Amino acid sequence: MDLSDSVLDHLRHMAALPDVSGTRYELEREIGRGGMGVVYAARDRDLDRRVALKVMEAELAGEARLIARLEHPSIVPIHETGRLPDGRVFYAMKLVVGVRLDHYLARSPSLAERLRVIRRAGEALAYAHTTGVIHRDLKPQNVMVGEFGEVYVMDWGVEAVAGTPGFRAPETPLDRRSDIYALGALLEFVLPADGPPALRAVAAKARRPDPADRYPDVGALLADIERFQEGLAVEAWAEPWRHRLVRFAARNAVLLWLLAAYAGVKLVLFFLRNL
Amino acid sequence: MNKILAGSICGLVLGAMDGATAWFYPETHSMMGAIMVGSSVKGMVVGILCGWFARKVQSTGWGIVMGAGLGLVFAFLVAAMDTVNGRHPYLEIMMPGFAVGAITGFLTQRVGTSGSPVRPAH
Repeated sequence: MDLSDSVLDHLRHMAALPDVSGTRYELEREIGRGGMGVVYAARDRDLDRRVALKVMEAELAGEARLIARLEHPSIVPIHETGRLPDGRVFYAMKLVVGVRLDHYLARSPSLAERLRVIRRAGEALAYAHTTGVIHRDLKPQNVMVGEFGEVYVMDWGVEAVAGTPGFRAPETPLDRRSDIYALGALLEFVLPADGPPALRAVAAKARRPDPADRYPDVGALLADIERFQEGLAVEAWAEPWRHRLVRFAARNAVLLWLLAAYAGVKLVLFFLRNL
Repeated sequence: MNKILAGSICGLVLGAMDGATAWFYPETHSMMGAIMVGSSVKGMVVGILCGWFARKVQSTGWGIVMGAGLGLVFAFLVAAMDTVNGRHPYLEIMMPGFAVGAITGFLTQRVGTSGSPVRPAH
């Protein structure tokens, strides 16, 4: 019997997918692959909804339990964990419809929008740190921006994760300050080529080689970004007086215009009187 | 500090400073005391009203408009009561009063806290 190319392709596709018989899920396609496992788009037959299914080796089952502890708007919620017939473990989670941060930046979002993503990701990190969880592998590929602007930090790490060059802190073992390093690298990554020097200084402080020289926690880094957005001086940068003046003028533009108008009125009256 | 107190202080200080500029006109030197007091009181009244408005409406734009309007009205009243060389100095008092009122209106929106729930303006 001859098989058409499309049937062969379908069989190859199905053979590449893990066996999920005995679960409530039907796999659709692979949507991501990393050192920790493979992520598939799947359908939950019982609830008739699409989910993301991450399949990984049995010894990494701790990752699912780790993430399941985290409940935050910017952390993808876990629906269920289980074991496949081949012994591997899986967990089902919300299927995020959106784009990775690196692809999102190709749309040239505004600086405010870029910083919003960083702040949302930072808030997720700050929350995770309060529960004793560190990410270990924060990078643009692990941050998703949803179709409604929601931000998700994905792929929370376990001990086996070594981080990604450029985003991985130099120290070992990795700890909270290593996530601050990665968040600084992420901030540097999202800044446009003509990004403000104050924000570059914030990123540089977060990425200092000595963890003790970085921000003490994610909240301090986020506070510095917030200060920048409010037109205030950032902690990370000894601002030159010229920048300080420009920032002051920008922050108080309305008041300066009103004072200039008053001075103008007085000058005009003074000269009219002497005509 | 509530908005009304902040407004009264801003208005008082700005009014006094505006009154002090009369020093540049030699013919007013003999009346500086009265000018300073009058200008300060006018500024304070405008400031109090701007502060009251700022408690009700949180909007920099409307604060400036209200301050400028009040400054203009009170400056008109002062000018109408005053006579220099046989004429009312409307221009000389009302134009700066308008600008000082606008500054007072702006500052009362920025300084001080609202004592009552604020209704954002659209």
